[in-house]
Amino acid sequence: MTLELFIQYLFAGITYGSIYAIVAIGFNIIYNTTGIINFAQGEFVMLGGMISISLLPVLGLPLAIVAAVVITMIFGALLEICFIRWLVNPGVLRMIIITIGLSILTREAALHIWGESIHSLPYFVGNEITSVTIAGARISPQVLWVVGACGCMVIILSIFFQTTSVGRDMRACAANRTAATLCGINTRNMVTLSFMLSAGIGALAGCVVSPITSTAYDNGTGLAIKGFTVAILGGLGNSMAAVGAGLLLGIIEAFSVHIIPLAFQDAIAISLLLLILFIRPHGLFGSRSAGLKEF
Amino acid sequence: MRRLLPICLLIGAVVAVQLVTEVSDTRYYLTQLTMAAYYCLLIIGLSVLMGYAGQISLGHAGFFAIGGYLSAALTTHNLIEYNQAGLVQALQQLGLLVSTQDIYGSSLLVVAPWAAALAAVCAAALIAWLLGIPVLKLKGHYLAMATLGFGIIVYRVALASSYFGEADGISEVPPFQLPFGLAVSGDFSARVENYYIAWGVLIIGLILLRNLIDSRVGRALRAIHAAPEAAEAMGVDTARFKLKVFVISAVYAAVAGVFLTHYNGGIGPSEAGVMKSVRYVAIVAVGGMANLNGALLMGVVLSFMSLRGVFGTYDDAVFGLILIVIMLFAPKGVLSLNPLARVRATIGRRRLSREGG
Repeated sequence: MTLELFIQYLFAGITYGSIYAIVAIGFNIIYNTTGIINFAQGEFVMLGGMISISLLPVLGLPLAIVAAVVITMIFGALLEICFIRWLVNPGVLRMIIITIGLSILTREAALHIWGESIHSLPYFVGNEITSVTIAGARISPQVLWVVGACGCMVIILSIFFQTTSVGRDMRACAANRTAATLCGINTRNMVTLSFMLSAGIGALAGCVVSPITSTAYDNGTGLAIKGFTVAILGGLGNSMAAVGAGLLLGIIEAFSVHIIPLAFQDAIAISLLLLILFIRPHGLFGSRSAGLKEF
Repeated sequence: MRRLLPICLLIGAVVAVQLVTEVSDTRYYLTQLTMAAYYCLLIIGLSVLMGYAGQISLGHAGFFAIGGYLSAALTTHNLIEYNQAGLVQALQQLGLLVSTQDIYGSSLLVVAPWAAALAAVCAAALIAWLLGIPVLKLKGHYLAMATLGFGIIVYRVALASSYFGEADGISEVPPFQLPFGLAVSGDFSARVENYYIAWGVLIIGLILLRNLIDSRVGRALRAIHAAPEAAEAMGVDTARFKLKVFVISAVYAAVAGVFLTHYNGGIGPSEAGVMKSVRYVAIVAVGGMANLNGALLMGVVLSFMSLRGVFGTYDDAVFGLILIVIMLFAPKGVLSLNPLARVRATIGRRRLSREGG
């Protein structure tokens, strides 16, 4: 394998990996505040892409993306308020089934609104054949947009969680919900907020990646399962590790194309998931003692 | 006698439905009822796994597809060019192969349907066993995702292998000859016969499962579901019982796959799709998790409606909606709602509070 090819694969891996990382962080945000895995996480990415594509002719690219993120955030909040907020002590099985149902309904609604065909946003800079040359490899500028946007999201999120008072409230909620309630934090609103946040970052990721991967109504399931693989790989609830794990999975997938037919690419990610679940369910970067009670 | 009553009622209903379609000249309904019966076979197996052992599986369409695809592939792929190979000759010696002629007159050498069925079901059981050992150690989200992942792998493999016909699936699967001159096939003249075969298989499956639930295994399962730690402390080997039920439910799914594939004369990758697995879970949930009769009833009704195309393009959406509504308002299933008792309870509570106040 030449150096150019190597870098080409590497950037392809990083592009997909950043998206997986964002989906995984979305999983983690909701998991931390509620203890549930939101199976509809991938649908947020799909919705972000689809809504921005629909709004593009009316608002222009930047505003369409902002509007898509806001609308998806409202959608996420509505999901939580309508279906999850008022349940009293729901079991895990019940929550899984409800979020699976939500993901199916979202997907079917998208099918009836946008149809079966694939759509995509135009490239933010230039077009399909514009490229920048890095060490002999030709990289689309959109790849840099994806990596940049995902990087910014991760940094802003970590500043938000570390320094702002709302972010601290959310972390308190994650650490101990009862104690947080006793300290006067409105934990219910924090849960709604966590749904909005993960919907928002998912939607933004969906917008920036749309020119490269296109958006179709059934994108969500695949993204959700890969995002979950990454979340598990990094250790559930650990967002910084999810970034590393996401990049790792993306790069493994990209290089696997070199050896195994593309049709089996999804099977690789999932086999990896199964393997990790069997060997190290606490994740590559997670500690053995923490977070094992859920298994 | 009380144990036999529901089975007798079911047999009566099956015969009654057939007679009604005969009299009213609506025999075409029997086709969907036959297919619904096979889907129900999978569903009652899943019901035992989810309701009694408390383990969710989002990969049961995968086991169904393993059964269907293997038996389809083995009974359609021509082995004539490997005629000289030792393995093929050995199989022929054992009577596992049948030679026929296709419509163009060239000779075919394929695995006999019963041998293929046996191989397919054994393969499904083996895969379930191998998968079950690590997977069943997981709980909740992890188990759901792991089984979902398994389902997707099966789907991807079916879609990507030329041996399994890629996106076209496998067609022209020969009839499955049973004793007494019966055959599982989609032949119109054999519609009534096949209706009874399907329901016969389903009823046998139901009786076996009911016996399982009332046996030592069933009691152990209920103990595991109610209080896993207590069950362990009493000496119940929870891991082994969970695994056993997982394998049994996979076998039910594979048998359903084998029969339905021979009945339809083919199988496509959509049978392995994630939505199918979710649909089975939805039906079990509607029927009430630990309720075989409920699962059976809802399985027949919903599968039949779906196969008749009642839901149109909203087919998947309807099942998603059912899942949410049931889990939000009636997590014990539709049959648990019993509106009369609820009204009575509300009135009683009102009276109590009035007297108290």
